[in-house]
Amino acid sequence: MLVLLFILFGAMAIGCALAVVAQRNPLYSAISLIGVFISLACLYVMLAAPFIAAVQVIVYAGAIMVLVVFVIMLLNIEEEERRRARLRFLVPAAVVLAAVLIAEVAFILVSVQQSRVVPTSSASDTGLTQSIGSALFTQYLLPFEITSILLLMAIVGAMTLARRGGLLGTREQAKRD
Amino acid sequence: MDQQTAIDILLKLVAITVAFVVVLFVVAYTVLAERRILGFIQGRLGPNRVGPGGVLQPFADLLKFILKEDIVPDKSTRFVYFLAPVIATMAALMTMIVYPFGPDIRIPFTNYVIPLVVTHFDVGLLYVLGVTSVGVYGIMLAGWSSNNKYSLMGGLRSSAQMISYELALGMSLIGVVLLAGTLDLAQIVEQQSGWHGLRWFIFFHPLGFIIYMIAAIAETNRVPFDLPEAETELVAGFHTEYSAMKFALFFLAEYINMFTVSMLATTLFLGGWNVPFAEDIFGRNTFLFGLVGAIGFLLKVIFFLFLYIWLRGTLPRFRFDQLMSFGWKILLPFALLSIFITATLIFLFPNTF
Repeated sequence: MLVLLFILFGAMAIGCALAVVAQRNPLYSAISLIGVFISLACLYVMLAAPFIAAVQVIVYAGAIMVLVVFVIMLLNIEEEERRRARLRFLVPAAVVLAAVLIAEVAFILVSVQQSRVVPTSSASDTGLTQSIGSALFTQYLLPFEITSILLLMAIVGAMTLARRGGLLGTREQAKRD
Repeated sequence: MDQQTAIDILLKLVAITVAFVVVLFVVAYTVLAERRILGFIQGRLGPNRVGPGGVLQPFADLLKFILKEDIVPDKSTRFVYFLAPVIATMAALMTMIVYPFGPDIRIPFTNYVIPLVVTHFDVGLLYVLGVTSVGVYGIMLAGWSSNNKYSLMGGLRSSAQMISYELALGMSLIGVVLLAGTLDLAQIVEQQSGWHGLRWFIFFHPLGFIIYMIAAIAETNRVPFDLPEAETELVAGFHTEYSAMKFALFFLAEYINMFTVSMLATTLFLGGWNVPFAEDIFGRNTFLFGLVGAIGFLLKVIFFLFLYIWLRGTLPRFRFDQLMSFGWKILLPFALLSIFITATLIFLFPNTF
C-alpha cells in the first residue's frame, strides 16, 4: 500500500519537475512547480513528518508560488521564443552537471544500502510539531535566532530598495521624484 | 494489504462521504437562507415558489446549472480554464476531514462508538491554512485563462487581497495555539471543555477573534471585501467567462469556504461542540451528550453564516487602496499586538491559562 502511494507521488513529482523545464509558457511551468511542491508534501506525510509537509504547502505552494504566478499574470509574459544560438555554449556544461548529479544520486543509493541505520517507524514522534518545536527552541535556538535576524534584514533591505528616494532617501525626496 | 487495513480505508471513505454530503446539504440551504434573508433586509420576499416556503429551491437551482449551455471562450487557455474551478472546489472540500463535528457518539444499548471527526491530524490547523491557501490558485488561474480584462483584474485583485489578509489571519490564530498548546483541532476543542463547557478561547483572546473574523471575510471574498467580483466595476470579476456547471463549482467553493471559515471560528474561539452545562445534565460520553454537542456545533456555525449574510445586506464595498492599507496598516499591527498580549498573560499567570 505504502509502496503504491510512494510510486504514485514520486511519479507525480518527477513528471511535474520535467514539465517545469519542458513547458515554454512560464505560467505552465509555475503550475507544474506547484505540482512538484504538493507531491513532495505528500511524500513528507508518508515519511511521518506532517509538520514539514504542512509548512511545505503553506510556504512554497501557498505563498512563494502565489507571488510568482501573480508577477507572471501582472506582466502578462507570453511564451518565450527559442533562442538556441545564444545559449549553445551552456549545453556541455549542462551535460557535465547532469552527470555529476546522477553520480551523486547513485552514490547515495549505494551508501544507504550499505549503512546500518534503522529506518524510523511511522509511530515515531520525530516529525511531530511538539518535538520539532522543543528542539528548535532549546537545542537549536542560536541558529533559529540567526535565521530570524537574516530574514528581518532581508525584509528591511527589500523595503529600502523599493523606496523611491534611494538608500537614505527621505519622504520629501521620494515625493519630489 | 490485509483485511483490517481494507476495512479501515473503507470506513474512512464512508466517513468522508458523509461529511461531504452533510456539508453540501448545509451549503445548499445557506444559499437559500441568504436569498430569503437578503429579501427580508431589502423589503421583498425572495424565492418562495418552489416547494412550501421555497425549501426545494436549491434543487431547482442545481437542475438549472446542469441544464444550462456550457460556453467556453474561443481564445481561452483550455486546460487551465477547465482546471481552475476544479482546484477551487477541491481545495474548499479538502479541509472538511479535520474538523471535529461533535464529541464521540455512543449508539444506545451497544458499545459502538462513532467519532464525529474523520481523522486526527497532528498539524490539523496548519493543514487547513495550507489547503485554503492552495484554493487561491482556482481564482487566479480562472482570471488568467479566461482571456478577458475583467477576469484578469479580478484574479489579480483576489491574489493580492488573499496574500495580504492571510498574514493577519494566521497571526490571529497564534494566540489560540499558544493557549491550547497543540495544532490538533480535536484537542483544541477538548481544551475548551472546562468551566462547565464555557472555557472558550474567545474570553482569553478577544482581539484575536475580531481580527480573525475580519480577515476571514476578506479571505472568502465576501462583502465588504468582495473586490475580486465587484459587479459595478468588473462585470463579475474572475468568473465573468464561466457558465453552467463550471460557474456552479465556483459558487459552491465560495459557500463551502464560508462554511469552513465559520467552522474554524467555532472550533478555535467558541468552544467547538462544547455546550454550556451539557456535561452536568447528560453526563459525559452518553448518546444525548454527543447529539447535543453536534447540534450546538451546527448552531454556532449557522450563527456565523447568518453574520455573513447580515453583513452582505448591510455594508457597502471597500475601495481597493482602502482594502490594502486597512489590511497592512491596521489589521497586521493589531494581530501582532494580540499575540504579544496573550503571550504576556500566559507568561505572567501560567496557572490560569
